Parts: sequence; structure tokens; C-alpha cells
Amino acid sequence: MIRVSEQDFVVADEYQALINDNASDGAVVFFVGLVRDFNQGNNVSELYLEHYPAMTQKVLCEIVEQSKRRWNLGRVRVYHRVGHLSINDQIVFVGVSSRHRDDSFRAAQYIMDFLKTEAPFWKKETVNKNISRWVESEIKDYSARDSW
Amino acid sequence: MIRILFFASLRERLKCESIEVDYESGLTLFDLKDTLMQKDEIWHSALSGNLLSAVEQEMVVENTKLTDGMEVAFFPPVTGG
Repeated sequence: MIRVSEQDFVVADEYQALINDNASDGAVVFFVGLVRDFNQGNNVSELYLEHYPAMTQKVLCEIVEQSKRRWNLGRVRVYHRVGHLSINDQIVFVGVSSRHRDDSFRAAQYIMDFLKTEAPFWKKETVNKNISRWVESEIKDYSARDSW
Repeated sequence: MIRILFFASLRERLKCESIEVDYESGLTLFDLKDTLMQKDEIWHSALSGNLLSAVEQEMVVENTKLTDGMEVAFFPPVTGG
């Protein structure tokens, strides 16, 4: 399941969807990304997330498919928010189930590393109360992706 | 016709979210970008930056031949997650 929405998600519901009637998987790993109050040297008060709708779904599907080809996975759920967000709001959920934990751990990290560098989302943050700026991409995110 | 989309900081700099240009036989992604850069100084400088390109919603890193009706997008490096 891949979803991009302005609506918030409930982690318990996402987790439940990974384990409901799922007798074959013995492991679930999930990651939640949140809006932080400090980024690239400034205090952040708000965040706006823009995306390229027609491409986002395609890219996320492709990343999930790639992860399923690399590891023996059960279920995968990716939920990414767009629009206006506040400090501590949830931005992204990536959840993976598998028979054994190693596949889930690796796949969750792989999906996040590719999402950060290939999925067409852009963050604009409001810093120092009233200045808006587009967040710059970071080299460490590309290094993380290239490590796969 | 080729539809071209711009996102995030690039969209703001150009004050433009999409345009359409006539398709000409043999047109490539690089030709298209070159033509756009010749519009004026703002377009030239904005499109000279570190940008990613997508054709038909797929990221492309090399020059690509375009066909009539395709959707092309230019945008800065992504920052989701």
C-alpha cells in the first residue's frame, strides 16, 4: 500500500494493517519521520511539502518493487504526507513485514534511502519565525543510497 | 505538443508551473532545455543550476529523444522523507 496525502496517519492502524491475518511473517520494522524544530542551522516553525503527483506514485511503487526483489518480504506500506505541517507532525511512514527480521530491517532502510533521493517531494520550511526557504538536498542522503 | 512542468524553487524562480511547446521532429531533452534557457536571463540562470529532469514521470540522467505528447519536468534535487 502506497499513499500520499495531506491527512495524517495513525501508526497503530498502519501497524495493524501489516499484521492482520498475517500468519507467515515473524517480523515488522517501521520508520516514522517527523518535522524537527531545527534544520541546517536554523529554528524551524513550519514545513510545507510539495510533490509531483503523477510521478510520486510511480517512483514509490518502483522503490517498493525493487525492495521486494532484493529481500523476502511480506507486506510493505509507505505513507507520505504533503501540504502544511507543524513541528513534531508525522511526515512519512515506512513499514515492512517479513518472515525474519533481517529482511525487514534492511528493506525499511533501503526504501527510506531511495525515497529521500528519488521520490519527487520538496520541503519548504519557515525559519526564524517568518523566513521561508527551500530545504537543500544533503550529500549524506546520496551516500546512503549509493551504499546499496 | 510537449508539456513542461517546473517544481519547488525552480517554479518560484521562473514564476511558472507549466508551459507547452510545439513538438519538432528529433527534439531531445537537451534541445528543449537549451530553448528554454534562451527565453531570458532569469530562465538561463535558473535552468543552469543543479536540476533533475523527468520524462513521462521517470527520472532521466542522459539526453533523451522526445516524442509528441510527452510530459517533461525539471526540478531541484528532492528533499522528501
